[in-house]
Formats: sequence, C-alpha cells, structure tokens
Amino acid sequence: MDPVSTTAASLEVSGLAFAYPDGHQALFGVDFTIGRGERVALLGPNGAGKTTLVLHLNGILGGGAGAVTVAGLPVDKRHMATVRQKVGIVFQDPDDQLFMPTVREDVAFGPAAAGLKGAALEERVRHALDRVGMGDFADRPPHHLSFGQRRRVAVATVLAMEPEILVLDEPSSNLDPASRRELADILRSLDVTVLMVTHDLPYALELCPRSLILSDGVIAADGPTADLLSDEELMRAHRLELPFGFDPRVTKLTKKDG
Amino acid sequence: MHVPDGFIDAPTSAVTGAVAAGALAVSLRGARRELGGERTAPLAGLVAAFIFAVQMLNFPVAAGTSGHLLGGALAAILVGPCTGVLCVSVVLLMQGVLFADGGLTALGVNITDMALVTTVVSYAVFRALLAVLPTGRRSVTAASFVAALVSVPAAACAFTLIYAIGGTTDVSIGKVASAMIGVHVLIGLGEAVITALTVGAVIAVRPDLVHGARGLRRRLRLRVDGRLIDAPVPPVLPAAAPASRRKVWATGLVASLVLAGFVSFYASANPDGLEKVAHDKGIDTKAEKHASAGSPLADYGVRDVSDARLSGGLAGVIGVGVTVVAGSAVFWAVRRRRDTDVSPVSHGL
Amino acid sequence: MGAGHAHRLYRHGESPVHTLPPHTKLAAAFLFVLVVVSTPREAMWAFGAYAVLLAAVAERARVPAGFLLRRLLIEVPFVAFAVLLPFVAEGARVHVLGLSLSVEGLWGAWNVLAKGTLGVAASVLLAATTELRQLLLGLERLKLPPLLVQIASFMLRYGDVITDEMRRMRIARASRGFEARGVRHWGVLAKSAGALFIRSYERGERVHLAMVSRGYAGSMPVIEEATASPAQWRLALALPCSALVVCLSGWTL
Repeated sequence: MDPVSTTAASLEVSGLAFAYPDGHQALFGVDFTIGRGERVALLGPNGAGKTTLVLHLNGILGGGAGAVTVAGLPVDKRHMATVRQKVGIVFQDPDDQLFMPTVREDVAFGPAAAGLKGAALEERVRHALDRVGMGDFADRPPHHLSFGQRRRVAVATVLAMEPEILVLDEPSSNLDPASRRELADILRSLDVTVLMVTHDLPYALELCPRSLILSDGVIAADGPTADLLSDEELMRAHRLELPFGFDPRVTKLTKKDG
Repeated sequence: MHVPDGFIDAPTSAVTGAVAAGALAVSLRGARRELGGERTAPLAGLVAAFIFAVQMLNFPVAAGTSGHLLGGALAAILVGPCTGVLCVSVVLLMQGVLFADGGLTALGVNITDMALVTTVVSYAVFRALLAVLPTGRRSVTAASFVAALVSVPAAACAFTLIYAIGGTTDVSIGKVASAMIGVHVLIGLGEAVITALTVGAVIAVRPDLVHGARGLRRRLRLRVDGRLIDAPVPPVLPAAAPASRRKVWATGLVASLVLAGFVSFYASANPDGLEKVAHDKGIDTKAEKHASAGSPLADYGVRDVSDARLSGGLAGVIGVGVTVVAGSAVFWAVRRRRDTDVSPVSHGL
Repeated sequence: MGAGHAHRLYRHGESPVHTLPPHTKLAAAFLFVLVVVSTPREAMWAFGAYAVLLAAVAERARVPAGFLLRRLLIEVPFVAFAVLLPFVAEGARVHVLGLSLSVEGLWGAWNVLAKGTLGVAASVLLAATTELRQLLLGLERLKLPPLLVQIASFMLRYGDVITDEMRRMRIARASRGFEARGVRHWGVLAKSAGALFIRSYERGERVHLAMVSRGYAGSMPVIEEATASPAQWRLALALPCSALVVCLSGWTL
C-alpha cells in the first residue's frame, strides 16, 4: 500500500525534548513526519523514550521544548479536546483501557465525551465494534472477554472516536498467534494513519512499510521497514534483535509476491 | 462486623445515616484535594478495589484460624483520610447492595462505624504521633502501628455508643462495651501488625505514594553541569494554609470526641463506671437491683429499661464533653508548639 | 466475612421483577426494609406477613427458594449473636430447661433474627434480579453523588482484576515453596499487600491516562439512563406499600 500523502500530514513532530519532574530526561529532540494513510512502526529498545513520545502525541505530557502537530493542529491547551479526538491511543494493557462496566459503554465513552448522543452514538458504537468483529459482545463486561478480544475492543474504543491517527502501544504483546493474525487483518482493513510502537519486528514488517527507530531519545533511523531490519549493524547498535530463523529479506520477497 | 437490619432502631439508623451522608459529602470534596481533581474517580476506585481485595487476604494466626484486614487505618495512611473514608464507604455500600452483607437500613451505622471512625481516629493518631516522633521511615511505620491499633477498638466504642443510643435489645452498656472492646483490642493488634508491615512495604518501594509520609519527601536535586542543585519548590497555594488549619482542628475535635468515648466506655467496662456515674449523679433513681440466682451473669442485676439507657447515655455525653474539652486543650497546646517551630509538616495535612 | 464477598448474587432471568428499572427496585427494597425495621417486635404475625410478601416477590422473580435460603447463610454470625442475647440481656427472667433467660433478651433475639433475616432476604432478592451495571445506574438515578457512583463503578470493574493479581501473587509465592502458616509469615503477606497497593494505584494512574486520552475532563458522559414509567413505579412500590399496611396494623392491633 502506498502512502496517500495529500494535504497536511497526519502527524508532525519537530524538535521534541522532554524531562520528567524527577530530572530524568527522556527525549532529546525528536523529529519526524507521518503522512495521511501511512502505517509506520516505532521501534526501539526498552527505555528509549517510546512511551514518553506517545504521551506527547495527545498532550498528556508536554511543557518541554519542540512542537507536535496533528493534522495541522498544534497540540496545546486550546486544541486539546480536538487533538484527543484525532489521536486515538490504544494502550498496552487492555484492562487499563476498558474501564467501563460494559463493552458498549466503553466504546461509547470517547464519542459521548465529545458530545455525541442517542441514535448517532449507538450507530457509531455498533460500527466501531463491527470493524473489529466484536459486534456480538456489546453487552458483555470487559473482564469476561479473552485477552485477544479485549485488545480488539480496545482498538474499537479508539476507532469509535474516528481518529485521524491510531497509535498502538505494543499491539501484539500477549496475543496468541491466531489473535495476532486477526488483529493484523483488522489493522490492515482500516483506512486510518497508524503509528505502531512495538518490539515485535516481524509484526512491524508485516504491517508497516515504514519504520522509525527511537534510541536514547532521538530518531536514530527512518526508512522502509525491510531495509532497516536487514541492516545488521544498525539493529545491533540499537539493541534490536530479530527472532531466531527470521530473515526480513526472504519475507519481503514473499510479501511482494502475495 | 457488618451490622444487619433490626439491630439498631429506626431513628438512630436515620441519624447515623445523616452523619454518614455528611461525612461522605465532606470526603468527596476532600478526596478531590488529596488525589487531584479529575484523577479522583479512577484513583479512588482502584484504591477501593484494593481495599476490597485486601480484605480477602487471609493472615493465618494459628491452627487453622486466620484474620484479615479491615483496612480503614491502612487506607487513611496510604491515601489520606478523606479518600480513606470514601473508599471504605464505597466498599461497604457495595457489600450491602450486592452481597447483602450488612443491612440496607444499617448502612449509616456501618459507614459511620467502620469507615468514618476507623479512618479519622487512625489518621488523627497517626498525625499526632508523627508530630512527636523524629522524622523518618521507622516513625511512619511505628505511627501506623499505633494508629491501626487504636482504630479498631475505637470503632468498637463507636458501635457501643450507637448501641447505647439506639440498640433494640437492652443489654448493659458495660457488657456490650467489654465484649466489643475486649474482642476488638485483639483484632486491633492483628490489624496494627498488618497495617504497619504493609505501610512499611509500600514506603520501602514508593514512599511518594504514601500520603502519610509526604513530610519525608526529600528536596528534588538536579545534576546540572556536574553539580547538584536544588530543584525549584512548587509554589504552595496561598489559600491552602487556613483551610488545612481548620481541617486540623476539625480532625482534632472529632478524634478527641471519639477518644473520649473510647476512654469513658473503657472505664465503664469493669465496675460499670458509667452507671456508677449516673448513680452518683442521682440519674438512675428508679434503678433497682435483685440478683437472679443460677445465672452466670447474675451480678449484673436488673434495671428499669428506659432509665438505664438514659442514664448510660447521659453519663456518656458528660464524659465525652469533659474529654473533648481536655482533648482540645492538649491539641491546642501541641498545635501552638508546632506553629512556633515553622514545621513543613503542616503542608501535608 | 471475607470469603463471602467473592461470589456474585445475580441470577439471569426475564421475569417482571428482573425487567423493572433498577432505581424503582432499590427504592422498593430500601423502603421495605425500613418498614420492617419500624415494626413493633411484639407483632409477630406481621413478620410472617412480610415473609409471605417476599416469597411472593421471589415467586414472580422465579428465584428458587433453595437459592434464597443458601444466600441467607451470610447471616450466620448474627444468629450466634442472637442466641447469646437471652443470656446477657437485662429485665425479668424466665426459666426454661433450667436456664435463666431474659424475657427482654428473648424479644431482642427474635427482633434481630426476624428483622435481620427479612433485610438480608430483601437485599438478596434485589441483588439476584438486578445486574451490577443496572444497580449502579439505579444508585445514580436515586441522586447519589455521581463521583461516588463512579468510584463504585471503577471498584467493581477492577475488583476482579485486582483480586486476580492477588491470586497470581499467591501462586507465585506457593511456587517458590512459601506457604503462610502463622504470624511469622505476616511480613511476606504484608509485602504482597503493599505490592498490590502499588499496582492498584499505578493502574489507577494508567486508567486515568486512558480516560483523558479519550476526552475525559472530569465528568463521565451520560451514556445510558434508567427511566421508569408510573406503572413500573406502582409495581415496584406495591411491596413496601403492602408492607406498610401490615406495619400500621401491627402498631394499632
């Protein structure tokens, strides 16, 4: 799939630096742009600042140097409500994300907070759940679902807000192979911009044509996923390791065929 | 122990209901301050879930018996008194509505007794001890121990007081007090050990999460150009000081009130001190004694129902009043002394 | 009292009692218990009448008697207390089988047992016919402070999650050969409790982030609302109203 770069980019991060109140500095000037409709993986070792970066995208963290713009809109106090609607973050633990008593209410939370009501809200919820194949589970309490199902509902809660960009934090963690594939199918079927934070390099290769490597608080590399993963020296330098027996070059060829 | 319906008469249940509602209203506002505005709902909810879960954690005593935490003191010390009251109340409310544990009309009694009294008493004791003890983690643990130790018999006293006013069966208040307090001093001991150990465990890992240990926080230092410098201190809201002082006063008053009840009822446990006071004051004119032979409890005698209750209640009120005055005086003195040596602790209150 | 909290009382069903709006049921149960508590204990027949009323509700809700009776076991500690009352209470005494029992105490025991049992039975019926979520909606509808209902709702949502974490910690302890047998082991258990608190608090912070990320600004959006027609109110209040009639005749007869 080619990136559909038309008008304003979905996400623009420039010169972003940030230190926590305890003095620990996590970001040291991050720059990148993601075009509309792109699917990009954000790779990096533990402690590289990935989560810190993600929390800047919808303004939960801020106050450091640099700027983030979402679909042309600067992330600041004035635009916070719109920005949070446009940036949908799917957190790593679906139990954190699904905080309402039933799946339906959880999916409705975002759009309802934005002021949607009645039949339109109902329709939005149904549509979002159908997109992740969880339409039949609307009245279930989240803790009665399997982990994979919860992850899918978590994606639906964000889709219901019709975001400009979907940000997923470790989407494939703790999933069995079947749930992992189902989630990949769902993500491929969506026509939104996706930024995927992950350690799962084969998953990144499968889903994202382009990757960024965040290391020590800066973007260390930006390019086609297959090229980055094939660059052994680069990978080693940033503590990224491919699973045993996995060769990105071979996978790339078979993908191109299919 | 969750009080069921029919244990306390309707008027008293209504009054305690009003007390509980007032306490909840105050703690709802206080909790917002303790947890920080919009974070209140999820944080208090999770803390309530924690209290709910930790009540199920069994601490084996010996030979198959085990105890568990009531959690009022623990909640007060970990998250602050208002959030503590709120969380324990929510747990009680849900236990009453969902699990039929504790009567619906007795909710007021249960909340007043188990959420309000335990939390407020333990927090007052905790704060008072911290003001006296040297600053340090060990003091926090020790203060937690004593706070939890006192909180459980204090709840038993509060229950005895409620029972004295609105109990549906006329049992000598001395008897209720001695039974309740005797058992609850033992329970309190267990509660104290567990609470102190748990607070100690949290302090060891995340001292910043322990509300009661906020005074311990060190100044933040940053490394800049190879030198350590003090981080700027976040400005303290100017409105905070008078409000916190008022709160100190309110806490002190409530605590001394409850402690007064504790002391007077404890005193009443052996030779029925309350009734003795009532007798000396000529309140129980109609009281008469005749031993009923053969009963193991014969020497408690028989008294006229309404007058005995009245006398007990009146004596209680007198005792409480006297102790409130004394307690306030002590508190005033302590407060003044602490005001003179510019203590940073008052910000944490 | 710990173990009893874990099981849920709800029984799925489509009966007229199940379909009543939650706040009408909450109000009915509460008023019913209030009436029961206000009944003079000497009117023994009145408590029989209340029991019949509850049995009628259970019948309409298709809650089997066995289920209801089993759930009443939660009351057992108070039965023990009630048994003690005749021995310790004041007042004139009667002698039964060589035991000296207080008349006042006997009445007191009867009072606590009858009212307590009816109270528990009413609560069990309420919980058995109303879903968790509905109960929360009902409480909100009955004008409980929204923040309180939110806290309750988070507590119920995460109660299982936290309990599960606690269970996993126990399994982790057991797999390393640790079994708490006495007071000596309290330190280890308390460390688990402390860790559990930290995990709960941190989860609370993450939940807050997830909420803020979806537009939360301090108040929960209204997604579902419980509404009741006058007919539904009449049906729900039939229980406390008939109880009130019984109660009033209990006072006058």
